[in-house]
Amino acid sequence: MAAVSETKKTVAELGEKYKYGFVTDIEMERAPKGLNEDVVRFISAKKGEPDWMLQWRLGAYRRWREMTEPTWARVHYPKIDYEDAYYYAAPKTTAKPKGLDEVDPKLLETYKKLGIPLHEQKLLAGVAVDAVFDSVSVATTFKAKLEEAGVIFCPISEAIREHGDLVRKYLGSVVPVTDNFFATLNSAVFSDGTFVYVPKGVRCPMELSTYFRINASETGQFERTLIIADEGSYVSYLEGCTAPKRDEHQLHAAVVELIALEGAEIKYSTVQNWYPGDEEGKGGIYNFVTKRGDCRGARSKISWTQVETGSAITWKYPSCILRGEGSVGEFYSIAITNHFQQADTGTKMIHLGKNTRSRIISKGISAGKAQNTYRGLVSVHPKAANARNYTQCDSLLIGRECGAHTVPYIEARNKTARVEHEATTSKIAEDQLFYCTSRGIPQEEAVALIVNGFCREVLQQLPMEFAVEAQKLVGISLEGSVA
Amino acid sequence: MLEIKNLHVAVGGKEILKGLTLAISAGEVHAIMGPNGSGKSTLSYVLAGREGYEITGGAITYRGENLAELSPEKRSAKGIFLAMQYPVEIPGVTTLTFLKTALNAQRRARNEPELDALAVLKLVRSKAASLNVPEEMLKRALNFGFSGGEKKKLEILQMALFEPALAILDETDSGLDIDALKLVADGVNRLRSPERAMLVITHYQRLLNFIVPDRVHVMAGGRIVAKGGKELALELEAKGYGHWTKDAA
Repeated sequence: MAAVSETKKTVAELGEKYKYGFVTDIEMERAPKGLNEDVVRFISAKKGEPDWMLQWRLGAYRRWREMTEPTWARVHYPKIDYEDAYYYAAPKTTAKPKGLDEVDPKLLETYKKLGIPLHEQKLLAGVAVDAVFDSVSVATTFKAKLEEAGVIFCPISEAIREHGDLVRKYLGSVVPVTDNFFATLNSAVFSDGTFVYVPKGVRCPMELSTYFRINASETGQFERTLIIADEGSYVSYLEGCTAPKRDEHQLHAAVVELIALEGAEIKYSTVQNWYPGDEEGKGGIYNFVTKRGDCRGARSKISWTQVETGSAITWKYPSCILRGEGSVGEFYSIAITNHFQQADTGTKMIHLGKNTRSRIISKGISAGKAQNTYRGLVSVHPKAANARNYTQCDSLLIGRECGAHTVPYIEARNKTARVEHEATTSKIAEDQLFYCTSRGIPQEEAVALIVNGFCREVLQQLPMEFAVEAQKLVGISLEGSVA
Repeated sequence: MLEIKNLHVAVGGKEILKGLTLAISAGEVHAIMGPNGSGKSTLSYVLAGREGYEITGGAITYRGENLAELSPEKRSAKGIFLAMQYPVEIPGVTTLTFLKTALNAQRRARNEPELDALAVLKLVRSKAASLNVPEEMLKRALNFGFSGGEKKKLEILQMALFEPALAILDETDSGLDIDALKLVADGVNRLRSPERAMLVITHYQRLLNFIVPDRVHVMAGGRIVAKGGKELALELEAKGYGHWTKDAA
């Protein structure tokens, strides 16, 4: 597949440790710095939104004003000045591209560097890409083919204008406007993101994929993703993220909502490689994300797979509400922290319906001076008879100065529930490294090999073509972790 | 090919090898025998370059190069292979993936083109077949849950695959039943060639019934205390190590 071979090539051509650290020199249009009702109105107007959407945003904004930033996670960072950031930035020349021909060649060049082939002719098979550059969605490939199958895959700003009923029905129905500080902020100022609707009984004919890129400085990215799988449908979606190297921290506060109706299945994979900051902990993205899926219908299934290697701080808990009878939630996670990175990530499995099942496999790898926390909640409600959960949390430490923490919460309020939890912590042993090096494998490659082995169960969950990329990323993000 | 002169090695500040001298030429198979604690494994690790084995005196020359200056992976690329007494488990990494990674890392270091997955698979399969290693083993995680015999077979398979110039076998016979021992010995014998030198380290004479050495060295107290032809091994079996270790202390 072209997408994959190009990605591989880009990875192979790595000259420096963070290869996505370049900046695209492109003229930007921004909202005035800071956050107030006028900025919210500005964003809404820029997007040509209907009034209900503006009111929704304003409601969120007013609510957010009264909220305080959460402090319970095991992450430490200086106080964020929300007035000292831009909440909207868009490449000036690409206000509304109608097709790829109208997209700024500089943008296309950027995506090429990122290894994302936007040109449909280059895509020999299967991946449709929506690319979000700072605040606007730049181009969506394969639209026509998807339309044939009845699948809607478009920027959420477009969906708000053209599929208003669907958006209005589902937006905020999984992550309410008032959910948490960052989600509420996102609800007020989200600028773009992806919308997917898969109609009844349709198996989406290809992998859907979005690449997010923060380019402008001092800009927060607040994308919003909404995926609805109607009865008996299936969709697999993958997002990838990168950002340029900068000394200042940048905020990324996304919200993702998934809705699976009766018998539907959503597979959501993330390869998150936002700029992690340098070796001294300078710069990097604050990745404060709310992701939640609602298994609304009976026998529905939502599966989250995440490979988190980037960001200075990661704060995210992709969760499943298992409402429908016999619904299934899965969470497969790899979180790698190196140098001064901090990750506090995990999941919530909320068992509401009968015979619901969930499975959590978390692999945390910590190196350098990094801190890595798994935080998870398995909650079985009184009506969730025969609920089942299996949780496995494995931590791997590289070096002596890093930390791994496991914080599992279990609430079982139905006697028939069965909840299993297993946790291990291990180190890469000197004899494992020696075994590899004595067979010719250099030390860093040996670490990557051993860590990939450690993560195998999770990597296997990724769509095959992205698993290759993720494996390489695992190695790259651990460079310099062994002396 | 390998010349060790008056080698002194310390581990954790304690001297283990105390003036060991040994030379092996291409085409030869040498056996080192000795009781537990005589420094046999230390010798094998220091040849492979394990961290923590500090050369405090003497020198090791391999094909004219000072071995101490080479990292373990460089030694491997230059043709040194150590079949370990206790092969290490690496969960989640399939044996085939490991073999491919190692083989290509060695080739890369020698500026040879890397082999693609299919070429590696073909090569590994043919070597495995010739050594009676079941293919099913290649799909399992490296050494993970392997029996002692399986682990040793995999070491021999790696030796066959990497085609080293100098192969060191550290107590490859330990823990093997007679059938497994024959299989391992058969694998070693197939690899004997005029270009290749082998150093077989063993506690028991038994292995040397199957791998007949050109030279036998007796090691005790961190030194070679006796050397001779293959008949020395038999003598050792008859008299026991005590006969030699008395002098070594």
